[in-house]
Amino acid sequence: MITAAVQEREHYLNASYGIKSWLLTKDHKRIGLLYLATITLFFFLGGAFATLIRIELLTPQGGLVSSETYNKLFTMHGVAMVFFFLIPSIPASLGNFFLPMMIGARDLAFPRINLLSWYLLVIGGLFSLFAMLAGGVDTGWTFYTPYSTTYSNTWVIATALGIFVAGFSSILTGLNFIVTVHTMRAPGMTWFRLPLFVWANYATALIQVLGTPVLAVTIVLLFCERVFHIGIFDPVLGGDPVLFQHLFWFYSHPAVYIMVLPAMGVVSELISTFSRKPIFGYRIVACSSLAIAVLGFLVWGHHLFVSTQSVYAGMVFSFLSYFVAIPSAIKVFNWTATLYKGSISYATPMLYAFGFIGLFTIGGLTGLFVACLGIDVHVTDTYFVVAHFHYIMVGGTIMAYMGGLHYWWPKMTGRMYPEAWAKLSALVIFLGFNLTFFPQFILGYLGMPRRYHVYPEEFQILHVLSTAGASVLAVGYAIPMMYFIWSLRYGKLAPANPWGATGLEWQTASPPPAHNFEETPVVTHEAYDYSTVIGEVIEVG
Amino acid sequence: MSAHIDSVKTYALVFAGLIFLTVATTYVATVDLGPFSVVVALGIAVCKMLLVALFFMHIRHSTKLTKLVVLGGLLWLGILLTLTMSDILTRGALGVPGR
Ligand code: HEM
Ligand SMILES: [Cu+2]
Repeated sequence: MITAAVQEREHYLNASYGIKSWLLTKDHKRIGLLYLATITLFFFLGGAFATLIRIELLTPQGGLVSSETYNKLFTMHGVAMVFFFLIPSIPASLGNFFLPMMIGARDLAFPRINLLSWYLLVIGGLFSLFAMLAGGVDTGWTFYTPYSTTYSNTWVIATALGIFVAGFSSILTGLNFIVTVHTMRAPGMTWFRLPLFVWANYATALIQVLGTPVLAVTIVLLFCERVFHIGIFDPVLGGDPVLFQHLFWFYSHPAVYIMVLPAMGVVSELISTFSRKPIFGYRIVACSSLAIAVLGFLVWGHHLFVSTQSVYAGMVFSFLSYFVAIPSAIKVFNWTATLYKGSISYATPMLYAFGFIGLFTIGGLTGLFVACLGIDVHVTDTYFVVAHFHYIMVGGTIMAYMGGLHYWWPKMTGRMYPEAWAKLSALVIFLGFNLTFFPQFILGYLGMPRRYHVYPEEFQILHVLSTAGASVLAVGYAIPMMYFIWSLRYGKLAPANPWGATGLEWQTASPPPAHNFEETPVVTHEAYDYSTVIGEVIEVG
Repeated sequence: MSAHIDSVKTYALVFAGLIFLTVATTYVATVDLGPFSVVVALGIAVCKMLLVALFFMHIRHSTKLTKLVVLGGLLWLGILLTLTMSDILTRGALGVPGR
């Protein structure tokens, strides 16, 4: 019997048993799964807060919760989603699992540090969670001064401390990826043979290492001001409140690229695999990731247009913001060009990739709207901005994350997911997403401010549409959760290379052996060379 | 990685230098140099940073890649300072209407 044969083969999941073999593991694949479980928890937690927000906004009176509670809700939603879900999401789970495999390595360069970084995320997450639930924080995920200093309750510092700790998790992951890509590539795996997912994660890692320390410094400065009354942000003590926004966004604009670059890497893999063509302009797409990483550091002032930042600086930052759209657009055009004359199949991961391209384009283009000084004065701090970044972070990053999860699920677990259910839920997510967030563009344009729960009655219809969409979206996320768990036991057994893909991760068994490869692979082809896998395609349905 | 190791004497000298500069910082803090207080304090800090990085952290004998990493870090600090100052130094450049 096949089942028995496969179960006997040793792989990373059955190489050792017991809770200790997981909590003390140094295997990047197991750590990837630990991350996957952790961020899934935070995703559903953040989702619960979002649900409460959307229910509250069904009616204009703001009757469900008090204003203070509402402030805490959107803060906890933002903190959980940004710092404990989106930033670790793709790199720490899929990246951890597949980056070493894709370059033909047995593990990351520093397996112990990898485990440490997971612990830091868990400790930081629990700490912030505790602080938010015990006392609550009402500053918004951005922690702007003076909300977070003069006018805040004392739980801000505790929450920020959790983020500080989680930041080190992010730095260590980035460091590990950089060293791994530099030193652990298999023979023949030159830089320009790296899969684009690796390039994207490498660029992300650079941002993590260069940007995150500034967030840490900012939190320390906040701490110094609150505890030792050293004047840094408080004008009464001789500080400058806008300085906080500079420091915060110096990290947090690049951080939005920490969230979206790995997603772009996933999409490159998906588009190539499911159109059976190398990515059009591979080198340009690879370099555009680096360009985004560098240019992303030069635009943070577009968050400060109405903060009393000088007009001159505003013009400089607006100008530079248009630049960063260029490498993003290059990617979108090159993915589209890859499809041309490709042999396209509409498997679930590809549906998510299509979703990404469409929704990211809308998110990116509205980014250009808000990067325009004149328009931004009108729409800043309205639902227009909320819609803009949700189109990128949910419509873009989470779409790609889901696509990647489906794509690599057979490799990670050795089981196929049910294709029909998966297609259905991809569709539900796409529709639910648009119904949730498109009305928010209109709301914002009409003047609905963000972070208010009482609003004029004429906005109600759009808010009701948005809440209805959120319910559909929730169903769309719940279905995969169920069938993924179901598939662990009942899914069809996955072959080594179910998609006929070219990456090294597909040239070893599913699930992979503990050391990834029976023997070190030698790379003799460019990335995405489909002549190497002809005849290997195995139909799944 | 180079196996070059500096002599104990070098380290002792660098250490003495660092102590001297610390004393200097403390002393300068008591003298009123007007706007130059900050300049002098930061200047001394930069010297100390260089001593630590070049000698104690062995950057002097490191590979080109390591040096590149250090330069990259400094460049990014430069970006942070330059663009932030582009706001702070020009806030008064245009009059505020109505004021
Ligand atoms: C394509 C280039 C992009 C441009 C030019 C751009 C531009 C902007 C601008 C000008 C704002 C500030 C609007 C305001 O507060 O009035 C903004 C807000 C935001 N953008 Fe983008 N954006 C881009 C891409 C992205 C990406 C890729 C992400 C996420 C992955 C993102 C996430 C955000 C977030 C989170 C905010 C709001 C933060 C807050 O105030 O809470 N943006 N964007
Ligand atoms: Cu930004």
